Amino acid sequence: MSRALFTSGPLDASLALPAVDMATSIGAFETPAPVFTASGCAAAGKELDQFFDITAIGGIVTKSVMLNARSGRATPRMAETPSGMLNSIGLQGPGIDAFIEHDLAWLRQRGARTVVSIAGGSVEEYGKLASKLRSVEGISAIEVNISCPNVEDRGQVFACDPNAASNVIQAVRRNADTRTPIIAKLSPDVTDIVTIAQAVERAGADALAVINTTLGMVVDLETMRPALGGITGGLSGPAIRPIAVRCVWQIHQALPNLPILGMGGIRNGEDALQFILAGASAVSVGTVTFHDPSAPLRVQQELETALARRGFTTLRDAIGYAHRGPDLPEIDEDHE
Amino acid sequence: MAPLQLTGQVLDVRRAGLYTVLSLTAPGLAERTRPGHFLNIGIGGEESALLLRRSFAIYQVQSRGVYGGSVDIVVGVHGKGTQWLVDRRRHDTLSIVGPLGRPFTLPKEPANCILVGGGYGTAPLFMLADQLRERGCRVDVIAGAATEEKLFGTLEIKRAASTLTVTTDDGSMGVHGRVTDVLDDVITRSNADVVYACGPMGMLAAVAEVAAARGVYSQCSVEESMACGVGVCMTCVLPVIGDDGVTRMVRSCVEGPVFRGDRVRWSDVGTVPADTLGAPTGGH
Ligand SMILES: Cc1cc2nc3c(=O)[nH]c(=O)nc-3n(C[C@H](O)[C@H](O)[C@H](O)COP(=O)(O)OP(=O)(O)OC[C@H]3O[C@@H](n4cnc5c(N)ncnc54)[C@H](O)[C@@H]3O)c2cc1C
Ligand SMILES: Cc1cc2nc3c(=O)[nH]c(=O)nc-3n(C[C@H](O)[C@H](O)[C@H](O)COP(=O)(O)O)c2cc1C
Ligand code: FES
Repeated sequence: MSRALFTSGPLDASLALPAVDMATSIGAFETPAPVFTASGCAAAGKELDQFFDITAIGGIVTKSVMLNARSGRATPRMAETPSGMLNSIGLQGPGIDAFIEHDLAWLRQRGARTVVSIAGGSVEEYGKLASKLRSVEGISAIEVNISCPNVEDRGQVFACDPNAASNVIQAVRRNADTRTPIIAKLSPDVTDIVTIAQAVERAGADALAVINTTLGMVVDLETMRPALGGITGGLSGPAIRPIAVRCVWQIHQALPNLPILGMGGIRNGEDALQFILAGASAVSVGTVTFHDPSAPLRVQQELETALARRGFTTLRDAIGYAHRGPDLPEIDEDHE
Repeated sequence: MAPLQLTGQVLDVRRAGLYTVLSLTAPGLAERTRPGHFLNIGIGGEESALLLRRSFAIYQVQSRGVYGGSVDIVVGVHGKGTQWLVDRRRHDTLSIVGPLGRPFTLPKEPANCILVGGGYGTAPLFMLADQLRERGCRVDVIAGAATEEKLFGTLEIKRAASTLTVTTDDGSMGVHGRVTDVLDDVITRSNADVVYACGPMGMLAAVAEVAAARGVYSQCSVEESMACGVGVCMTCVLPVIGDDGVTRMVRSCVEGPVFRGDRVRWSDVGTVPADTLGAPTGGH
């Protein structure tokens, strides 16, 4: 591990900082850059490519796709909340075949690293989705959104039950190309997120995405009814960042070798650094993209600066750095 | 052309009835803007707790001048975000993304056009009226609102129009009633080919219905709550019938805000009609 030089005062902006090696890996997926979009916050990359070069970031995580076309829920689908928002989109999408034909084809031709997010209503549907993606080229990893109701179990959310979560990951692992890393995306709405993390790891997950939105609700005071068409919705944005950092920390502590794609309210490079220090190998920027459509690339550049300012020469050295014992690191007194 | 993301400076803030007109520097925006485009403005600065941008129709653009281009928007106070905006002062900076959306389509041949604006919905109609007249179109304007003070720009738009008809719900100005109470007459009088409309959803639904009944083509600019405004989040959808006759939940920020009036399923807005592509089939 390289020696971290801690500087306290603000650095002169004109001072050229040394470049940081930003390469990282999510299981077998090696990427030169650590910042990704978040599923459902970037569609399939095309729109954001108007604002920044999507090949310059870690990659695009596409909107969770299901087997068949889905209309999604009725509007209103969102409500702004302090430093965040609630959404109840209902996984609107074209279905896997149209997605492969149009969206994935575009991403491949554009040369963007692509993580495909899949979602299903049954274990079987997840398996089918994975086998559909088997022969498709240009997929860096599959992210499995298990925050979906299981239609075969009274709508219980897969992510909230270790057995249901494992069954989904097993089905995906069995049907996907063995070379494609599987990322299980966890929900924070559980009593003990580590139990779920351990279960999906045993089921064959190569990495985790942490966290999905947390369930919330807003009552509209004009109509005096729930503000969202779907009544409840997923809370995201800076409001949930401390919850997300806590989840990453707990999982990394229990499973230090399992790579984590961290997310939840990342707004700038220093927010991203918190996730890396807590144990994430890479991060996704979601809701903040609605505020700043070039946020993923900006956050990546700011993360590099934030690392350099703390004396890191490689991103890998910073992963989980907040977990080190009290005797570490060696602080160079000259720079204090 | 791709939208811009830029920081604009407030040049001027002026009151117009209930509304506030903000002029902002926006180099490069004018060249990209067509009537019906909108822009998104960040609220409260970098660390704001109001995370989502607010959307505003582009009212006017200037491509040159001391500021290398500027844009005007008309703001009606609705909640916290619009209140913050109208409290801006000269030299304050604002984050702007635009122009966004699909603008109005202009007729290739000179045509008789009626422009209907509800409240601040007249804002995007000024640029539209000018461009239609440049193409040799006849322009008749109908402006309506609940009360006189909720009308915007009726004096100025008169200059670009062959006729202007004003309606107010309370009769405080013009005809006592709604825009659709006079639309039928104006269609007859102007021998209209096209109706363009911007305003509240209820008004658009009624305008589209009258236009359809008269066999007149209509284009309506809708207002749906938007989280991103750039097509990535799927919050701003409404049921729209496609060229293939199939209803889909369509994003109003990129496939709209301007839609053909006869394609929007107005009475189903806020729901997912059962025959929509991918609609829930029961079970869950
Ligand atoms: C394409 C388009 C063009 C528009 N043009 C204009 C214009 O020219 N002048 C003008 O005054 N207003 C316009 N609006 C409406 C304006 O965007 C809303 O009044 C504003 O977003 C309300 O924000 P707020 O913080 O004051 O209200 P709040 O109610 O506090 O807003 C909370 C959230 O709901 C959203 N929201 C609330 N009301 C609306 C609404 N009516 N439409 C869309 N989103 C809403 C906000 O964006 C925000 O995310 C337009 C809206 C759209 C979609
Ligand atoms: C509008 C919206 C849609 C989302 N859709 C999905 C989705 O389809 N699949 C998924 O796994 N997560 C989805 N998410 C969750 C995000 O990917 C992310 O996990 C969460 O929002 C936390 O990160 P953030 O605070 O940076 O947005 C969605 C979030 C938002 C705001
Ligand atoms: S507002 Fe996000 S897709 Fe339209």
